[in-house]
Amino acid sequence: MPPPLQAHRLLISHRRLPTPARRRFTAVSSLQSAPATTLAPGPATSSILSIRESLLSGERTAADITSEYLSRLRRTEPSVRSFIHVADAAAEREAEELDRRIASGEKDAVGPLAGVLVGVKDNLCTKNMPSTGGSRILDGYRPAYDATAVRRLREAGAIVVGKTNLDEFGMGSTTEGSAFQVTTNPWDDSRVPGGSSGGSASAVSARQCVVSLGSDTGGSVRQPASFCGVVGLKPTYGRVSRFGLMAYASSLDVVGCFGSSVFDTATILSVVAGHDKMDSTSSSQDVPDYTSKLVSLDLLESKPLNGLRIGIIQETLGEGVDTGVVSSIKGAASHLEQLGSVVDEVSLPSFSLGLPAYYILASSEASSNLSRYDGIRYGRQVSANDLNEIYGESRASGLGHEVKMRILMGTYALSAGYYDAYYKRAQQVRTLVKESFKNALEKYDILISPAAPSAAYKIGEKINDPLAMYAGDIMTVNVNLAGLPALVVPCGFVEGGPVGLPVGLQMIGSPFSEGSLLRVGHIFEQTLQNFSFVPPLLAER
Amino acid sequence: MALTLLRGMRTPVSLRSNTGLFFNVLRPRLSHFTTRAESAHATEPKAVPKSIQLATKEAAEQKTQGFEAIIGIETHVQLSTVTKAFCSCPYDYGSQPNSTICPTCMGHPGTLPVLNEKVVECAVKLGLALNCEISMTSKFDRKQYFYPDLPKGYQISQFDIPIAKKGYVDLDLPVEFGGGHRKFGITRVHMEEDAGKLLHSESGSYSQVDLNRAGVPLLEIVSEPDMRTGIEAAEYGAELQRIVRYLGVSNGNMQEGSLRCDVNVSVRPVGQSEFGTKVEIKNMNSFSEINRAIDYEISRQIMLHKEGQADQIVQETRLWDESSQKTFTMRKKEGLADYRYFPEPDLPEVVLTTDYIDEISKSMPELPEAKRRRYENMGLSMQDVLFLANDDNVAHFFDSTLEHGADAKLACNWIMSDIAAYLKNEKLSIHETKLTPLELSELIASIKNGTISGKIGKEILFELIAKGGTVKGVIEEKDLVQIADPAAIEAMVDKVIADNPKQLEQYRAGKTKLQGFFAGQVMKTSKGKANPVLLNKILGEKLNAK
Repeated sequence: MPPPLQAHRLLISHRRLPTPARRRFTAVSSLQSAPATTLAPGPATSSILSIRESLLSGERTAADITSEYLSRLRRTEPSVRSFIHVADAAAEREAEELDRRIASGEKDAVGPLAGVLVGVKDNLCTKNMPSTGGSRILDGYRPAYDATAVRRLREAGAIVVGKTNLDEFGMGSTTEGSAFQVTTNPWDDSRVPGGSSGGSASAVSARQCVVSLGSDTGGSVRQPASFCGVVGLKPTYGRVSRFGLMAYASSLDVVGCFGSSVFDTATILSVVAGHDKMDSTSSSQDVPDYTSKLVSLDLLESKPLNGLRIGIIQETLGEGVDTGVVSSIKGAASHLEQLGSVVDEVSLPSFSLGLPAYYILASSEASSNLSRYDGIRYGRQVSANDLNEIYGESRASGLGHEVKMRILMGTYALSAGYYDAYYKRAQQVRTLVKESFKNALEKYDILISPAAPSAAYKIGEKINDPLAMYAGDIMTVNVNLAGLPALVVPCGFVEGGPVGLPVGLQMIGSPFSEGSLLRVGHIFEQTLQNFSFVPPLLAER
Repeated sequence: MALTLLRGMRTPVSLRSNTGLFFNVLRPRLSHFTTRAESAHATEPKAVPKSIQLATKEAAEQKTQGFEAIIGIETHVQLSTVTKAFCSCPYDYGSQPNSTICPTCMGHPGTLPVLNEKVVECAVKLGLALNCEISMTSKFDRKQYFYPDLPKGYQISQFDIPIAKKGYVDLDLPVEFGGGHRKFGITRVHMEEDAGKLLHSESGSYSQVDLNRAGVPLLEIVSEPDMRTGIEAAEYGAELQRIVRYLGVSNGNMQEGSLRCDVNVSVRPVGQSEFGTKVEIKNMNSFSEINRAIDYEISRQIMLHKEGQADQIVQETRLWDESSQKTFTMRKKEGLADYRYFPEPDLPEVVLTTDYIDEISKSMPELPEAKRRRYENMGLSMQDVLFLANDDNVAHFFDSTLEHGADAKLACNWIMSDIAAYLKNEKLSIHETKLTPLELSELIASIKNGTISGKIGKEILFELIAKGGTVKGVIEEKDLVQIADPAAIEAMVDKVIADNPKQLEQYRAGKTKLQGFFAGQVMKTSKGKANPVLLNKILGEKLNAK
């Protein structure tokens, strides 16, 4: 049994739901008030649906919607700095074009994502738009093609509003590792948004765009989603094509989605998921409409999660995890119980091994994947006297500190004489991690844990302590090693910042169970009361 | 050499539009170095691989007293698939630099390899042809090093699990080198991708990168160290060339670099079981060069041994220089290069089924070794056998001529003499001429049954080979049916004798050599159609009749 709850910061109450008969964790209701916001407190609503409805009814034009988002972007961007590149003119043009097509009565003008402004992490290639991966070495680089995920969004009618900031090539957990700028957390501008997809998370949190794409190699979608109070989904490995995603660690990388609601997240997953002949590791499993199982609040039964077996991962609530985070997760667990599920503790014995194994494997693959940034064919090139100098100088001045460190670690781990002790051994650990998840997921439908051991921390706090930053990935890296899908849904707050800092609940499922994760996440989100995950930034008018 | 001394690269002409074109410029400070074995601008026509020249026989028999050479060969075969190994770019030798490239084979960010299944098919074919075990599950690995012709900074290759291993190849040495059957072990066959090319300027002041060849599929064939002489090594290479051509997996053209051999040579005292220090030789553009380069290298090493300077033999790469007929140090190897191989995470394992292998197995053509044994059993001489089986087009032509009923020895003689001479003159391959196997068999039959003489046969052959048509058609059109009517021949003989009283007088005075003159005149009168046996018989009778 876990230690008694320290629930003084917990902010949970439930609507219409009777106290469950079986309670493992005590949810406490001595609550602070929810963060101040202009929006009425209540369950998150789908922005994509409302955009679609207003376009179809003619209530608003795409230009109106775009200008609403762009003006908010212009207002908030000076403090948040989510974007490395904003394509505002192109977005306005595309919106007008869409309005023209709607006005002329063109059939199919309103695609599933028509008029939806998306932010795209800058390590995803976008045609005719800069794509730097957050690295100096690709400063000014414009790809010749769209990443498959981006192409699919565009084909569904989405408007790419810009490229979001990230830790260089996805290597980092704070977005401070960007070569260009530091992004702040919309809940507190002295704090990090998390990373590496920090820009994509903060952009959705600050409602600078409707939804966004990120990438998740060791938690880079889930941890920033938790820090910024948005929904973040890391799909099963292979569910979304990696074509056009600048590779960090190919066997772990996944393109993920951010939204301000589970519904929006499910909508973009439905669009971007699916086999791609350009990515041999993409799965040919059918892609369901992930939104079709999402039931609106008023149609929910009283115990919508009846029969659902949930395992709460013991190792994620122990030492080193912020007590406020533990309380939030336990509160969330209790909320899930009240919805009818059965929550038990489950132990994953290999859990602690995942972190070192992850850093060896990811660095090894990175050392290889980043070899192409050599200054010869594109990107930064330094004039030098000989070939080795061209390589050396271009890379020395083009790549950042963290990236160089990981290249060195990976090169070392793959070197003759060390391969067996590091790379091979880490692969063995990976097999163990996979097995322990598999076993646990035979007993439980869903495993839950925090998405990070703490809420957002201060900018600069861990910048000189890489090990502390790496340790923050403990909650997420195992999921990448196992290739599983995981959804992060905001579940509560801890103290900090002007109004408290959001905490996300991570829900982990079996391969290709995104549909059920989203269904459970949606029910959780819709029944979570008195919280509004709209950051204070938007209230300041 | 100056391969690492390049200066002042500018023009980051990255691809900024969807054309995918770039042409980057490197400026080396020192002069250029010689590139790989293949010459970049080979314009020579397809060389028919033929046995090595007798000139080198002496070298092959050099005095190796007390020493033996150990030779192993790594061969790279470029596959003639329609598209590259991991993207859908075509590859055409000799096309404009950087005209067949795309973001994937240029190693642009975010691109991924997608395996061309034809590459697997070719690898399995060659593996089977080399009597290898085929790995039902194999994988790709990354071999990592930096060089401007390697866009990704790693080559996709196969490391610890090649698609085929533990095979052998059978061959027969050319008769002029003493002949003999040999069996050489094949260690492994694996799939990988080619790199691009660096083009060095004449002045040596800059270098350019051409990525057309980057990503073209290769099969690397590693032999066991089973060869002992230059000729054995050269014939091993020639046999691989025959096999890939028979299989249709590659054009095997050495000048174009479609077949490249890197040879490892070491020498040791006879009776010693450890190998000597091995030296790698590159830059040989023909099998003859392979033969000579190896024999040169063997004598060099033996010489050093005999002079007590065996320690001067070091692990290094040497280049064959055709003009001086010597090998020269290109670079010394400082320990083993660490390529940091690890499994390619972008590609799934290559998993084969027995059905798949059976299917390919069934589609395999008859291979050179089987052909040679079959021809040998027909009673053809080894010289004939080797000639016919050397080129699958020739062998195919020969086989179909036999299918039309021709006699093997006669068909072989026609192909090896007049047809081969014509092909050599015209620089054609046998299937590129107008002659069909059916007509060759008709021609042989027409001579055999006396319709035409052998001499007329040759005329008809050249007509057919150049212009096409049928034997019957040419005979009719040119009225070439042999005159075998004794009365007609007699009439012509009488006329010639009557027209040449002076020569008749000399003949009868004892200058019997003049019978040839009379025969020639009669033949001329008959326009070559007179049956020569009959003619000589009648002519003899008439000349000697008093």
